[in-house]
Amino acid sequence: MSAIGLKFGSNRGLLRRRRVLPGFGLSLGFTLLYLTGIVLIPLLALTLRPFELGLAGFWDAIATPRVLAALRLSFGMALAAAVIDSVFGFIIAWVLVRYRFPGKGLLDAVIDLPFALPTAVAGIALSTLYAPSGWIGAWLTEHGIRVAYTPWGVLVAMIFISLPFTVRTVQPVLAEVGRDVEEAAATLGATRLQTIGRVVLPMLLPAILTGMAMAFARSVGEYGSIIFIAGNLPAVSEIAPLLIVTKLEQFDYAGAAAIGVVMLAASFVMLLALNGLQSWAAKRR
Amino acid sequence: MSRKFLKPTEDPFWLKALLFAVTLGFIALVLLLPLMLVFREALVGGLGPAWDAITETDSLAALRLSLLAAAIAVPLNTVFGIAAAWAVAKFDFPGKTFLVTLIDLPFSVSPVVSGLVYVLVFGMQGWFGPWLAGHDVRILFALPGIVLATVFVTFPFVARELIPLMVDQGRDEEEAAATLGASGFQTFLRVTLPNIKWGLLYGILLCNARALGEFGAVSVVSGHIRGQTNTMPLHVELLYNNYDYIGAFAVAALLALLALVTLALKSFLEWRYADELAASHRH
Repeated sequence: MSAIGLKFGSNRGLLRRRRVLPGFGLSLGFTLLYLTGIVLIPLLALTLRPFELGLAGFWDAIATPRVLAALRLSFGMALAAAVIDSVFGFIIAWVLVRYRFPGKGLLDAVIDLPFALPTAVAGIALSTLYAPSGWIGAWLTEHGIRVAYTPWGVLVAMIFISLPFTVRTVQPVLAEVGRDVEEAAATLGATRLQTIGRVVLPMLLPAILTGMAMAFARSVGEYGSIIFIAGNLPAVSEIAPLLIVTKLEQFDYAGAAAIGVVMLAASFVMLLALNGLQSWAAKRR
Repeated sequence: MSRKFLKPTEDPFWLKALLFAVTLGFIALVLLLPLMLVFREALVGGLGPAWDAITETDSLAALRLSLLAAAIAVPLNTVFGIAAAWAVAKFDFPGKTFLVTLIDLPFSVSPVVSGLVYVLVFGMQGWFGPWLAGHDVRILFALPGIVLATVFVTFPFVARELIPLMVDQGRDEEEAAATLGASGFQTFLRVTLPNIKWGLLYGILLCNARALGEFGAVSVVSGHIRGQTNTMPLHVELLYNNYDYIGAFAVAALLALLALVTLALKSFLEWRYADELAASHRH
């Protein structure tokens, strides 16, 4: 009883303390107003739009071979890019956290390049690099591989754009992992690889999955860095965001909105998954 | 033999060498090569043509428009970020977690969708389109649309930097100031702001970089009128599609330089003011 009373008392304390600081109504009011005007109302306009033609109309707009192919390409390549980046992101994070070497600060700073570099700049650079006459493209062409203007170009751009997520989510967690468990594993006779694979890696799993989910979300929606290198052949190398732009140019607002709603729904699912991952990680700590 | 000198938590030499080589190789291939190529292509004809391309009338118009859009969008999102962080960090109210999730939402929305939503609100087939046309107000394919799209994609930057920072710092100092008779504005200016200034600067820096570089969202609402509604990234696209590679890469190099300055400042803030940034940047 007294415990409840104490808790209640401290809650009342909180409530009373709230009045000490001014600006609650103003700051929260402005926050909600701005959020509603800039984000929520426009998103509502998007969500309602395709259903003006009813559920059947929405379905008709989505279930065309061209739209389905674009969605498959965007989601499939985004998943592949997220997995590839997670592997290399883990290795890069490991090297940055565990090894000491000159120029480490510079290497660390470079990781965020895809965040800072405008996507159009990345797009024309990657396109020129992988074109048959480009630095990498010429070498690939000699070996009979085409990347630019094929679906593989989409993958290359996605790998570039989402790399920082996979490094930056693992890095701080890895830095905090105690060395004592690794020492214990080594003392008990585990080889170094066994220690990494069966002791360290499982501890990092939530962070790795979080990075993978963020990389996936970013890649699915990416536009600027992809359209230059992809070739944009309908049903072959045309990504879903580009198809939205194409439909807008043809004044097919409902069709554009229908694809937009599918992508927005995917964003929501990813957001929920990320929140789930975070509470899972918090529980494990 | 070497195992004897190895600490149990240290990787054997071959593993170190392997991981180090993979890291360097991957970063060089994926990140550095494209960056180098931008500067190389811009300067392939020497500094002269590149400079001419940047100082050409339409390029300067694009530069001006980009700066203008950022100069409106960044302060707006900064005020919002401060207000949101103040509300979330200093007070208790139901639905706080949900609010923070909503603030983060624009980050997970595709840039193209971010532009599309405004077309659906302000476009001719949109909610307010016919009314706006009737009153001769132009939002789409003009500065307001470009600013709105920029505000949307840079929406969370300042807020998500300040919220964890201010939640971490608690309310004690502000409450002491208020108890001693400081007004709300004085409390913020003299107590809160000095505590958050580097975090605030960090958020503004990232917000500004994204605002100047945004492509997809602005592309949807801009209308692509050369010299009028083309921002710098859109101008890069236009030049590139017109086979003016030196021009495209010259403007791109300018944007890349800006990105490098942003990265340098960001790294400096992380290194120098680590304790005064949100916990997620202290690595």
